[in-house]
Amino acid sequence: MLEIRDLRAGIDGKEILKGINLKVGAGEVHAVMGPNGSGKSTLARVLAGEESYSVYSGSITYKGQDLLEIPPERRAREGIFLAFQYPVEIAGVNNSYFLKSALNEIRSYRGLEELDAFEFLELIKEKMKIVDMDPSFLNRPVNEGFSGGEKKRNEILQMAVLEPQLAILDETDSGLDIDALRVVASGVNKLRSPERSIILVTHYQRLLNYIQPDFVHVMIDGTIVKSGGKELAVTLEEKGYDWIKGAPAAKAVK
Amino acid sequence: MASPAKKTEKKGVESFVTKEYQHGFVTPIESDTVPRGLNEDTIRLISAKKKEPPFMLQWRLKAYRRWKEMAEPSWPNVTYPPIDYQDIIYYSAPKTKKDGPKNLEEVDQELLKTFEKLGIPLEEQKRLAGVAVDAVFDSVSVATTFKEKLAEKGVLFCSFSEAVQNHPDLIKQYLGSVVPYSDNFYAALNSAVFSDGSFCYIPKGVRCPMELSTYFRINAADTGQFERTLIIADEGSYVSYLEGCTAPMRDKNQLHAAVVELVALKGAEIKYSTVQNWYAGDKDGKGGIFNFVTKRGKCVGDHSKISWTQVETGSAITWKYPSVILQGDHTIGEFYSVALTANHQQADTGTKMIHIGKNTRSTIISKGISAGHGKNTYRGLVKVLPKAEKARNYTQCDSLLLGGQCSANTFPYIEVKNKSSRVEHEASTSKISDEQLFYCKQRGLSAENAVSLIINGFCKQVFKNLPMEFAVEATKLLGVSLEGSVG
Repeated sequence: MLEIRDLRAGIDGKEILKGINLKVGAGEVHAVMGPNGSGKSTLARVLAGEESYSVYSGSITYKGQDLLEIPPERRAREGIFLAFQYPVEIAGVNNSYFLKSALNEIRSYRGLEELDAFEFLELIKEKMKIVDMDPSFLNRPVNEGFSGGEKKRNEILQMAVLEPQLAILDETDSGLDIDALRVVASGVNKLRSPERSIILVTHYQRLLNYIQPDFVHVMIDGTIVKSGGKELAVTLEEKGYDWIKGAPAAKAVK
Repeated sequence: MASPAKKTEKKGVESFVTKEYQHGFVTPIESDTVPRGLNEDTIRLISAKKKEPPFMLQWRLKAYRRWKEMAEPSWPNVTYPPIDYQDIIYYSAPKTKKDGPKNLEEVDQELLKTFEKLGIPLEEQKRLAGVAVDAVFDSVSVATTFKEKLAEKGVLFCSFSEAVQNHPDLIKQYLGSVVPYSDNFYAALNSAVFSDGSFCYIPKGVRCPMELSTYFRINAADTGQFERTLIIADEGSYVSYLEGCTAPMRDKNQLHAAVVELVALKGAEIKYSTVQNWYAGDKDGKGGIFNFVTKRGKCVGDHSKISWTQVETGSAITWKYPSVILQGDHTIGEFYSVALTANHQQADTGTKMIHIGKNTRSTIISKGISAGHGKNTYRGLVKVLPKAEKARNYTQCDSLLLGGQCSANTFPYIEVKNKSSRVEHEASTSKISDEQLFYCKQRGLSAENAVSLIINGFCKQVFKNLPMEFAVEATKLLGVSLEGSVG
């Protein structure tokens, strides 16, 4: 599905990712953990193709294609989804229209027929159950006036509708109280499937109590310093990131 | 050194800004024109061609004499080379075999084809039910549809020339009652040389059964278009009126100086919507229409209401302030505007709300979008006179900038002479953020669609006031698909 080799990237000439190696297979859930400033979110945004980041060296292969050659909107249409840490507000554009436009653009790229308003409504009503959202959200402007928890739920709703093959969740747990976290996590769990890979970027282990990863990677100062199974997250929770700092960079898992 | 996907960056904004003009064709048609230039003889000639009664000619001449003493306004925040008013052709009409077409069968096929090409088929059976059209080609009205159906309700809807012939009393009573011929430089010029336009009268208590519309088309080269529209809504009546405009692409600037007067009597309501798409000039700022227009409505009777909605996307220069005089008590004035300036377009537009009566209310929502080298100015006046007890105004001016070479300005003037009144003003300036664009693209939207979507959202407060058909046109003009504005 995804293979990152010796990826070095940064912004304004400042290197943030200093040689990342990561391999994600179909249906796998990988957690990328690390302290603040370790480059986790940069990795997420580089994967999604944000243009303010520059890639200095290394490669990213996605479904056999050189991902770095593909602009962000085509990455999305090819099935990459990023749940934003801070979803932006778009005034005056209603949520359901936004999502329908996105879905139809993706569908037409894939040679599928576009959904009309009625078909879309049926689809979205079904998907809203996954994140327990009130239908009134559909007619509100995208993220405008949403609480932190609502924004995150909205991201998962979008993921449910767009049905990505590779979903990257950037700090989806941040700013959520325990109830909201539970809803969001259960939404993500419902969306797990053998065809869908998920990368969870998170600072805390608590999200992983709800979404059990297949692999855990610890990122410090732009490199993955340790990889393991889900038990690694538990060890981290007990011992903290200091325990691991200074360890040599790990080889790509698998 | 691979940099991810630089290729598409900003493409959306650019393609949006440099969109090609769709209506730039010229219709090859023989015209009846008066000689270039302006003097009293020109005016006499125009008046004679229209077989006008003496009072009209006198009014025109008074206006002309006044105009000669006036100076072109220099205060608008726009720049353009001086206009040679003697180098303009003041009257141009497509030649017809007879005195004028009596019905659609007699209208020149070329003309019908022109309007069809513009998406305004005049053959009534093909029209979307519910919109009557008056089509103005250069200086004259060539056809008015649904006249008979409207007449059943007593609604008069015809060209201005016809109204002068058939309803001179109404013309005498109301012409210049809202915009006097001495009002300003361009209004005076229009009063002297205006050639045609639309006239509409809604009788007492009648709710006009369909949308009325005028479609203005400039075709001939070097001509000015000076049309005049007069709408009178008698007591307790209602009318929704639409106006659309296009012109061919020409290298030389063309002048369009129109006057629109609206009169709302007691309890009447007039809703006036404009989608202005005159040729804006090319991407280097060559050519395009100078759109210097005076539009004003007067809420004469108590409890009347006038609402202006405008989407201004065309013209090289727009100078236009649709205003409302709130004379009656409990009257309401509204102004909703989207003004887009791309390439080298300049717009100085806004409104005036003059509160005279008690409990008068006005709302101003202005959305300015600047792109390329566009220059967009909101200029508005809210004036509350001493007797306007408890008058209220709410003004919101938002500017959206695309790119770094355009500009947006806001000049709100507020004069309040009554202590019990309340005036609110809010203004904002924003840009489409990179994060918004990235978010949209990450959801699979092309940069172009993302920009359209965001702009559409920005304009939503205005678009929702447009009648359905116009909302379609307006959203198309802004490169936006419809559903976003009505969803």
